Amino acid sequence: MVGRLHAPTPLPSRPALVLLKDITKRFPGVVANDRVTFELRPGEVHALLGENGAGKTTLMNILYGLYRPDSGEIWVKGRRADIRSPRDAIRWGIGMVHQHFKLVLPHTVAENVALGLAGTPFWAPARAVAQKIRELSQRYGLPVDPDRRVWELSAGEQQRVEILKALIRGAEVLILDEPTSVLTPQEAQELFKVLSRMKEDGHGIIFISHKLDEVLSVADRITVMRRGRVVGTVLAQETNKTELARMMVGREVVFRLTKSTCQPGEAALRVQDLYARNDRGLWALKGVSFHVCRGEILGIAGVAGNGQRELVEVLTGLRRAERGKILLLGREVTNRSPRLLSDLGCAHVPEERIRMGIVPALPVEENLILKRHHRPPFCWRGLLRPRAIRSFAHRAVEEYAILTPSLRTPAKLLSGGNIQRLILARELSGRPAVVIAAHPTYGLDVGATEQIRQLLLRQREEGAAVLLVSEDLEEILELSDRIAVMFRGEIMGIVSAGEASLEEIGLMMAGERRSPVRSEGT
Amino acid sequence: MRRLGPFVLEPRLSPSRAAVLGVSLGAVVFALLLAAAVFYGYGRNPWQAYAQIGRGVFGSWPSFSEVLRRAIPLILCGVGLTLAFRAQFWNIGAEGQLLAGAVAATGVALFLPVPEGWRLPLMFLCGFLAGGLWAVIPALLRVKLAVNDVISTLMLNYVMAYIVEWLVHGPWKGPTMRGFAYTDRFPLTAQLGWLPGTRVHWVTLALGVVLALGVAFLLARTRLGYEIRVAGQNPEAARYAGINFTAVFALVMLLSGGLAGLAGVGEVAGIHRMLRSPSHISMGYGYTAIIVAWLARGNPLVAVFTALFFGLLFAAGDHMRIALGLPFQIVGVFQGLIFFCLIGFEILLSWRVGLARKGRAWSGQIGS
Repeated sequence: MVGRLHAPTPLPSRPALVLLKDITKRFPGVVANDRVTFELRPGEVHALLGENGAGKTTLMNILYGLYRPDSGEIWVKGRRADIRSPRDAIRWGIGMVHQHFKLVLPHTVAENVALGLAGTPFWAPARAVAQKIRELSQRYGLPVDPDRRVWELSAGEQQRVEILKALIRGAEVLILDEPTSVLTPQEAQELFKVLSRMKEDGHGIIFISHKLDEVLSVADRITVMRRGRVVGTVLAQETNKTELARMMVGREVVFRLTKSTCQPGEAALRVQDLYARNDRGLWALKGVSFHVCRGEILGIAGVAGNGQRELVEVLTGLRRAERGKILLLGREVTNRSPRLLSDLGCAHVPEERIRMGIVPALPVEENLILKRHHRPPFCWRGLLRPRAIRSFAHRAVEEYAILTPSLRTPAKLLSGGNIQRLILARELSGRPAVVIAAHPTYGLDVGATEQIRQLLLRQREEGAAVLLVSEDLEEILELSDRIAVMFRGEIMGIVSAGEASLEEIGLMMAGERRSPVRSEGT
Repeated sequence: MRRLGPFVLEPRLSPSRAAVLGVSLGAVVFALLLAAAVFYGYGRNPWQAYAQIGRGVFGSWPSFSEVLRRAIPLILCGVGLTLAFRAQFWNIGAEGQLLAGAVAATGVALFLPVPEGWRLPLMFLCGFLAGGLWAVIPALLRVKLAVNDVISTLMLNYVMAYIVEWLVHGPWKGPTMRGFAYTDRFPLTAQLGWLPGTRVHWVTLALGVVLALGVAFLLARTRLGYEIRVAGQNPEAARYAGINFTAVFALVMLLSGGLAGLAGVGEVAGIHRMLRSPSHISMGYGYTAIIVAWLARGNPLVAVFTALFFGLLFAAGDHMRIALGLPFQIVGVFQGLIFFCLIGFEILLSWRVGLARKGRAWSGQIGS
């Protein structure tokens, strides 16, 4: 089905809440927005859909006054708006909830809301707004206690605070940047309910996302962007996933990866009753047990910040385990060095690929030998062997299709997808027995994502045990053979992918324990 | 993109070699122009003064050799510092490490009963170890206790300076020196020879050049050098790759301080032939070497040339004092101006500057 590529023009009687007209914004080397036109009507949820780098966030930052467009006009409620800063944007009734919240963690909810709010009294401003917070949270179903400190709140509650902040400032237009990335499926449903209540009050909501399913369920209209341009605007009722994906990527996308049936071998990685603390000294892992077999992918699902990062760090030797045991190929490796673990065949695709996975200033070829630089053939009696390094790099670049001008190019000049391919080339070329992959496709475009997933599946077929940590439930469901769900440092249950329902996983992500408890592991 | 007055700044991802060279030279020239104002302040025509200094320094071999003599400790310290800076270890302590080397060399020269043929080699060895071990202290403090390296290396300079003062006023005060705060003169077998007609102790000079080559090789072609570069460029990645920080930083500082220690050996065995007040032995070579290494941008081979440039400045200072009657401290002013301009010009490496065209829309404050 082909959707209408241009929505009907707004009725003249009721001007659009927001009209962005021919917005162009250039950054060095790229046109982030190329003559983009976007319209938001009162009482609608208008989704802005596109891959990372399509220009969605840039467009919204222009509307919110964080960037100035090179050309183009902004109209709000039929009047030309000159928005030079977020302060101006708020004055025009525009509020934004960023992907990364802008809250003062040690302060209370009320204090955060009062911060910078015009018209609050000088003394005890928080007390004055507390009443208003209660009112609004009742009206829209945003339960939050004004006296709680923000750091005590879950990500979902913090998001509510951000929404309340915008509402109290009189926002009629609410921009939500990837709002569900920090939520459980149930919390996302709650959010959608809030949005529909706001809609009824005549608010307009711009919903930025790259997830097709949720866009289809929450939005009234959907505008798809690709490479800085608007591909088209369609009504949610008149379109479907396939069409949206085609608009987003510019070609047909296959949604199902071909995956052979799982034939698990012996357990390559075994974790028993693991305890560890986070950076603040609090317990991040509380008795985690599981195992991963050769030839299978174990997915770890969960909302961010429930101990996944600490788990990966403990398993790769970067964080101390306070209690418990880790067995790699039957050998105990608890609290051994990262080098020993990597030498024993444990590959690690780190969460923060630029901060940890590469040395940005060093050339591609030297990044490709990191972790194996101390062993033959790359090193002999303390001397590096440039010829061996170069020939290995040549092969890796070819095999993993890393696009780089040369082997001497600094790794930081590569695109995100190519950096990730570089890391995978390095980690997988040693034929590891265990692969620990943390958020391997985060922030990558659809093409690169597909390739990376294929690579992980190939590892599984070649007999590696793969531990996949991801916040992207779709990814977990698509790749995993079994799924473990983490909540507050514990595993709520492990289900096999075939029998897992999204609802059950969602409940576990919210802290519901599956019975029988911890049937797996020991 | 950022706008600054009438200029537009565009980020530069990786500056080319030519840009680095151009910006560095530009900074030095700019500093010399600023320094011209100082000459004005003293009522002298700066261009004539520069010409006079030029004639004085390059006029004859003996006076030019002073450039080399001054450059020797700068080469050794500077090369050592490039190594530390590549590991992102801010070694401000070359001055103290140099003095530590001088103390060890003096001990061997005056008090150690060894065969005379062994004395000089042993002085170099002990000087290297003394400077190196003195520098390992802040390395361990940083790795084990997260003590700031800038502070600890800087403070250890004062500690070592006072140790030297104590030695020359106290236990090592030379009986033959009629009350001066000197040690006794070194025996002939503990003195370094000079190139004829100069005071260039060529052994140390040769050592400096050879070690510069050695450090360049170490950085580019050895496993340790690779680990130093990784640890310096991205400590998180180094941790991830299982690089042993304690070993890497201890070795880096052993070498870095050791090279400064060798410079100290050269100064006492090649120039003074005794241990005396720290301000006489070093004249701030350890601090100047920071600028030497900075200007060389962490490249040990380039550091040899930047050291020569600063040797030239020191020699020029001699001429300014003698021929122009200016205080010697003016060398410090010159160095300060050069360092200041280098840091100030740094922005040109990460940003390309152009003139803003008229009528162009203002493009916001936050570039990304």
